[in-house]
Amino acid sequence: MNKVLKLGALAAASALVLAGCAANEEPAAETTGAGSSNTEASVELSGTLNGSGASSMAAGQEAWIAAFQIANPGVTVNYDPTGSGTGRAQFMEGATSFTGSDSYWNEEELAGSFPSCEAGTLPWEFPIWISPIAVIFNLDGISTLNMDGATVAGIFAGEIKMWNDAAIAASNPGVSLPELAITAVHRSDESGTSKNFTDYLSAVAPNVWTVGAIEAWPAEFGGEGAQGTSGVVSAVTGGNGTIGYADASRAGDLGLVSVKVGDEFVGYSAEAAAAVVDASPVVEGRESFDLATKIDRNTTASGAYPIVLVSYLMGCNDYADDAQAELVRAWASFLVSEEGQNAAATSAGSAPISATLREKAQSIIDAIK
Amino acid sequence: MTDVRPKAVRRLGDVVFANLAFFAGVSILATLATVAAFLFAQSVPAFTGPEIAAAEDGFLAYVFPFVFGTVYASVIALIIATPLAIGIALYISHFANRRFAQILGYAVDLLAAIPSVVYGLWGILVLAPFLNPTFMWLNENLGWIPFFSGQVSATGRTMLTVGIVLAIMVLPIMAALIREVFLQTPTLHEEAALALGATRWEMIKMAVLPFGRPGIISAAMLGLGRSLGETMAVAMVLSPAAVINFAVLTSTNSNTIAANIALQFPEAGGNYSNLLIATGLVLFGITMVVNMIARWIISRRAEFSGAN
Repeated sequence: MNKVLKLGALAAASALVLAGCAANEEPAAETTGAGSSNTEASVELSGTLNGSGASSMAAGQEAWIAAFQIANPGVTVNYDPTGSGTGRAQFMEGATSFTGSDSYWNEEELAGSFPSCEAGTLPWEFPIWISPIAVIFNLDGISTLNMDGATVAGIFAGEIKMWNDAAIAASNPGVSLPELAITAVHRSDESGTSKNFTDYLSAVAPNVWTVGAIEAWPAEFGGEGAQGTSGVVSAVTGGNGTIGYADASRAGDLGLVSVKVGDEFVGYSAEAAAAVVDASPVVEGRESFDLATKIDRNTTASGAYPIVLVSYLMGCNDYADDAQAELVRAWASFLVSEEGQNAAATSAGSAPISATLREKAQSIIDAIK
Repeated sequence: MTDVRPKAVRRLGDVVFANLAFFAGVSILATLATVAAFLFAQSVPAFTGPEIAAAEDGFLAYVFPFVFGTVYASVIALIIATPLAIGIALYISHFANRRFAQILGYAVDLLAAIPSVVYGLWGILVLAPFLNPTFMWLNENLGWIPFFSGQVSATGRTMLTVGIVLAIMVLPIMAALIREVFLQTPTLHEEAALALGATRWEMIKMAVLPFGRPGIISAAMLGLGRSLGETMAVAMVLSPAAVINFAVLTSTNSNTIAANIALQFPEAGGNYSNLLIATGLVLFGITMVVNMIARWIISRRAEFSGAN
């Protein structure tokens, strides 16, 4: 499937590069957001930038690459959606200049070496891709339900088995819930979506969801497995009384669960997803250019939606190859810019990062050497 | 081995052709050897490296449910496919008129040309919803049989659905092979049976089936080999879990080795990927054992075959 994606991306990219002949007549200044890189806009960039990593943001990367290459016809950007772990490993082998990853650098990795960077320097990272995870269900005639974290955890742990369970009914006065068995659908492949969803469950209901944040579903919790986001969506759509979790952009017409945050029930939205990232603390003891964020799933911040997948962009603070530094600066500036974030939101359904986060990220980018 | 034939004159063409044929034969062995070597070499870190979270109870405990799922799905597929394949082969070789038999033969061969990912999509979107009412009925009325017990899946993506999809996938190769064997039945045997007053069914029972038995067995083993290794369709259709479950109508099904590798490998890091390759080695072993058993059965039954 990756091959198909790559071919598609290649075809799209080459078409856009051809189209770029006309597009580069315009001044390239708009391509970068607020920041010092604006001053370099008149300089024609050229070269090849290789990256790899999380497949969750593959669709976003495609959109970014297409737009970036129109604005900078001399630059070729490649992004190989190999998976986060492989992406980080390839960066540490010096094979790539930037990485997309669903999880931030762990301590062990930071103690290792980074051949793309000047010896002894550490990489930066900041959230670039916020993807709300929707809890979707298929029940005739019901389009939204309110649930607190413990109820969601109970359903996915196999403890709440019927739709007319008292725990569900309690938060949904006036909704007539059918006497129907619940089929909880989870991902059968390892995925960052599962990891973030179960991280939420274990944070809000540690007594119900006892196994922590996991990528592979524990067999004792039962439920139904399905391959990939589309597999989960089609299983939920195809069944009756099914519930699952998937990238919010793929929820379609399915019923949506609003989860309890503080005293209110919040449905997913782009703003609510970005809000939880802002409300979460940065991991302590890291460099100033390391915005590793521990998402606060228990947040009580008003209007924040805590079930999100956050992916990071990673690169060197000080590249061994200065030409790469220049390319990465332009590329990363475009990604965090409003234009870049909106491009990903339109084409891939991610939630644009907040202005606060953009400012912080831009100052990290400006410092890349 | 002693060569009793007289030395032939060897021309350039003979030498070239003999070497080409030799190379073709050896390349099979070489490929097999490199695959085995790769599996062995890549499996080692799974046992020597740091402990893997997915297999905290050891490798055997990790792989066993998948071994069970692999064999179980394939056995279900064979139970469904073998009688069907024999029926199709008999109909084409002995019942249908020649022209219709030809068309039917082509149609069966066409089934083999459908990519497994298409079977997977068809399994999810068409077959599973179609079968689900039947599953409910089976569970309600025959739920006392352990195989049909448990909470019926709401989506139909169960072991039985996978078995049926696999059966359809292995059907063409089995039917084609069995048909060929049935067509080889000596006409004298058939005519002798008919002359003794046998009906057509009795003739088939007395002449065709005994003659074709080794062919049926090797066809079944070929089908088994294909269904053991089928990846895409299983990964898409099955609702898997790492458990051993005999019930075929529930959402909790034992995954197969191949599907598990396909599902987990893309996001596997460190020596977890080695662990998955080690399960691939186990699958390699299973298919090898299956093939050896098949060879053994065929050689043991050799006296039934041929025009004896």
